[in-house]
Parts: sequence; structure tokens; C-alpha cells
Amino acid sequence: MRGLAAQQPGIDPSMVASTQTIVADIRRARQRSSLRFRLIFIGTWFVLVGGLSVALASTGRIHVDFLAEWAPFFLGGVPLTIFVSVVSIAFAVVFALIGALGRISTIAPIFATATLYVSLVRGTPLIVQIFFVYSALPQFGIVLPAIVAGIFALSFNYGAYMTEIFRAGIEAVPRGQIEAAHALGMSDAQTMRRIVLPQAVRIVIPAIGNEFIAMIKDSALVSFVALQELFWRARTTGSANFASFETLIFAAVVYWLLTITFSTAQEWLERRMRESDRRT
Amino acid sequence: MARAADARKRSTHVTATTAASAPTGGADPYAKPGALTPAGAAPVIRLIGLEKYYGDNHVLKGCNLEVYPAETICIIGRSGSGKSTLLRCANFLEEPTVGTVEIDGIQVRADPLRARSKEHREQIREIRTRAGMVFQQFNLFPHLRVIDNLTLAPVQVKGVPREQAIRTAEHYLAQVGLSHKRDEFPARLSGGEQQRVAIARALAMEPKVLMFDEPTSALDPTLIGEVLRVMEDLAHGGATMIVVTHEMHFAREAADRVYFIEDGEFVEAGPPDDLLSAPQDPRTRRFLERISREERLARAGRVRGVRRRGGRSSVSGGEGSDGATDAVEGDADDGEG
Repeated sequence: MRGLAAQQPGIDPSMVASTQTIVADIRRARQRSSLRFRLIFIGTWFVLVGGLSVALASTGRIHVDFLAEWAPFFLGGVPLTIFVSVVSIAFAVVFALIGALGRISTIAPIFATATLYVSLVRGTPLIVQIFFVYSALPQFGIVLPAIVAGIFALSFNYGAYMTEIFRAGIEAVPRGQIEAAHALGMSDAQTMRRIVLPQAVRIVIPAIGNEFIAMIKDSALVSFVALQELFWRARTTGSANFASFETLIFAAVVYWLLTITFSTAQEWLERRMRESDRRT
Repeated sequence: MARAADARKRSTHVTATTAASAPTGGADPYAKPGALTPAGAAPVIRLIGLEKYYGDNHVLKGCNLEVYPAETICIIGRSGSGKSTLLRCANFLEEPTVGTVEIDGIQVRADPLRARSKEHREQIREIRTRAGMVFQQFNLFPHLRVIDNLTLAPVQVKGVPREQAIRTAEHYLAQVGLSHKRDEFPARLSGGEQQRVAIARALAMEPKVLMFDEPTSALDPTLIGEVLRVMEDLAHGGATMIVVTHEMHFAREAADRVYFIEDGEFVEAGPPDDLLSAPQDPRTRRFLERISREERLARAGRVRGVRRRGGRSSVSGGEGSDGATDAVEGDADDGEG
């Protein structure tokens, strides 16, 4: 900018310099105000969370010694919570992909089946589905280990919700892409696999991240089929020792920290994707 | 250039006959081997009695077209006249309602009721591998690098070995002058470069005929030239091409014949100098007058988009894809003629 202006005859060099100064001043002012905003944000959280902690502590019901003693046991459930969530979301993606292909199918029975899947699963409570898989199926001789039952129920349920996400992602791929592939002689299957799905996946990745964070919380439900994950450990310990208050708060805080961690990671990933989109 | 002049000498103008008077299902009355066509060659592509209805809307009313090897055909007409539909019906992106398409000896009859049958779709794929298509909106695959855009279909559809497909792709990339963009993603390219890659992608399938659907209409005016140059080189190099376009200069320079289409039928066709300079049919005359008026206006200054409706005209200047061609599109619905 400066170079261009400086090359032009009749432009006062001192004026150019003062413009540069103003630009720099504006940038500095912006940085200052953004820093101030962030500091106030952190300060407010500190006050609110601190106040809440003091309020909870002032009830006199939080026995620090007790929590310190049991904390390793509670936290020992975190790996299982994460394991169940990760495996379930992976299977849910598979269910969702099959479901979405069914939902865009022009073959009536396939479309009908996929639609029934989505309707039935979304229309019934997750906790009922989990109990059904774990407790009702054994009456027919299908006995699944708790972890298999839990993961199956969670992924079957999330698969139904994500079916609609995937379907929307597939339909968001521009029509011209499909036409271009067809015009090159590609079959419907080749077009779906090579052109539509790769673009649809990029579209739905942020939504999958949201579902994963929801999954971490919903994974607490598998404690009801006796999986000893975080919530099960907090609940059973709490009720056995008449300490539900502090154990549940402890569990809630751990869940909260987990979701904050993963949503920060997700935001970082999305930013990376946006940047690479700009670059590519 | 020499070739265009040659073509002009050898062709005589066919006087105005409406397609309605030509027998439906019969041959193209305007067809004749072009200047570069080898002696005794049969047409590469024949469209016979193509008709298309959208619901009750009769969009194509029996179009016949024959294009001989190494010929370039331009189709001109207002938007909504059916020219894009004709091209899309030719490779069954739209299933024609009635009619037959023959490309390189493969004949497919329109069969809208059995459009999803396996046999019919196999036939359509045969035709599509022989007819390359270039779209107005380029439609490059954004998730693939340029080179992969070019090799995907040859490998997947024709079963060409990968190394060979890459060599072919590099050859055609060089032909459109974009060898250095081999490993870029499409979003990194300008519109003109994207369209040139799209042309190379169509060429990489080594089709018998190339079809262009308004290839420069989505381009910024400053980028049109580079695309037209590539197309002119192809035309003069002996490619067989059908080009739907508003670029009269291109038609004059590169076409063996120009077809004027209105209301879904060919009104008139002939060598560009005859048809563009001395149109016989009043409808053609009216269209060409309007086009040259728009071009004058577009050249006159910063004015790029002109819309006329019912005698009133509004002029919008400045940026965007609102080119002179759009102005012509705007005319489509003002119910004249």
C-alpha cells in the first residue's frame, strides 16, 4: 500500500506515514479490546464458579477426605465412559451411513425400512432401548454381555438420529457434481462412492462432533446395565455411604470437564478444516 | 483461421426451413460434412426427432442434428429456447420423451417409462463415455486435485491403468496450458482455469464428441478469452464439437454451422457468415439484432447487464456474473415473436 502511494508523484510522504500510523493504532486498539474482553470473561467465570463452589462447600455436606479417598475409584470409570462413547459413535456412523443410503433410495422397501428405523428409534426412549437389549432379548435366548448390549443400544439409537444428519449432508452436495460424474459415464454407485460421499462426509463432520459430545453424556445411561463407568461408580458409592450429594457433584464436574475438552478439540479441528478449505 | 475460410467457401447457405416442416424422425436437413471431415465419414452424432416434455410443457419439439467428424456446430438461441435441454438430452442427463440418440454407432432410443432398467442405463453409459460434456458451472470435483479430476473417470469407467491415465491427463492438461496446476485443488484456480481443467477432464476420456453447455456464461468477462482460445484450438485441431453459446465471435471464428433454435425447434441453420450476417428468418434476425445491441452496450463502457421488459429497459452496471449473456436471458420471457 505504502509502496504504491509512494510511487505516485504529488503524494506527500509524510501523509503516507501518518496513514500507516493510524492503521497500526487501529490494530493495537482492536487487540487491546479483544484481550480485555477475554480477561473479563475469565474473571467472570472465576467469580461464578468460585461462588458456586463456596456455596456448595458452605452446606457442610462435602467431605473432602471421603472424596479424596474415593476419587481414584470414580476416575477409574472415565476410561470406560470414553471407550463406550468412542466405540458407540463409530458404530453409529456405520448405522447412519446405511440408514442415510436407505433414506435416499428410490427402491420402496429399502426406503420404507430405513424410514421405519428412524421413526421407531427416535420415537422411543433411549433408556427403554437399552433395557430392551439387555433385559428383554435374553427371554429369546439372546444374552449379550453388558458392554455389548450398552454399545449396541447407544449406537443403534444415535445411528437413527445421525441418519438424518447424513441424509442432509448427502443432499447438500450440489446437483452439478452428480451430473458431471454421470456425464463422465460413472454409474450411480461410483458417483455415490467417489463423488458424493467424500463431499458429504466433510459437510457432516462438525455435526458428528456434536453427537459425540452428546454421546459422552448419554453413555451414563449404560450404568443401568451394570457397566461400571463413571456414573455407576459415583451413584453406587454415593448411595452406599449416604454421600450422593458430593459423589454426584464430583461426577457432574468430571462429565463437564470431559465435554469441555472434547468441544475445544472439535472447535480446533473445525478451524483447521476451514483453513484448509481456504487453502485448497 | 484458414480452415474457417475454407469451410465458408465449401458450404452454401440453406434457406430457412422450420424444423416443423422437416419430417420428424428424419435426418438433419442442414447437415453436410465439414471442411475438416475425412471423405466418406459418417456422422459421429445423430439426434433424431428429439422431443422433451416437462409435464405438459413441450420444451423440445422434434430436433434433428447430425454432426460429422471434425465439425464444430454452434447452437444459439435465447435462454428457455431449449438449447441446453437439447444438449442434456443428447447424453441423457435428461431422458428425452421421444427420439433417438446415436453416438459413434451406439444407438439409444428414449425410453422414459423404462428409464431405470439396467439395460437402458448401460446403453446410456456407453453413450456418455463417448460424449464429453463441459458445463456452465465447471462442476469440477472440489475434493480431488486437478490431476485426480482428470484420471478418475478413465480409471473407474474405462478401466485405463493408472499410470497410463496419468500420462493422458498430463497431455491434455498441457493442451489447455495448465500443466503447472496439476496438483492444485480446484478452489485454488480462477474461473477460467477451472473451465479449462473441465475441458481437459472431458478430453481425458477421449470422447468422440465434445459438448459445451454455455461454457463461458458463468465467467468474469476478463476470463472468457482464455477459455474461448482453448476451444478454438480444439475446433481447428479437428475435434468434433457441439457448442451452446452466446459468443457470436466464437461461432463466426470456429463453427462449420450455426443452428438457431427457438421454442424447442431449429428455425434455421447455415455457415456462420451466412446465418449471422444474412439471416433468412425474421426470428433469427430479431435475435441477432438484440445480441449485437447487447454486445455494443457491453463494449460501450462499464455497463454489463441490460434487461428489457415490455419496452422499459433498465441498465445495471458493474460487477458480478451479470454479463451481457444474462441480458439476453432476460429477454426470454418478454413474449415477443
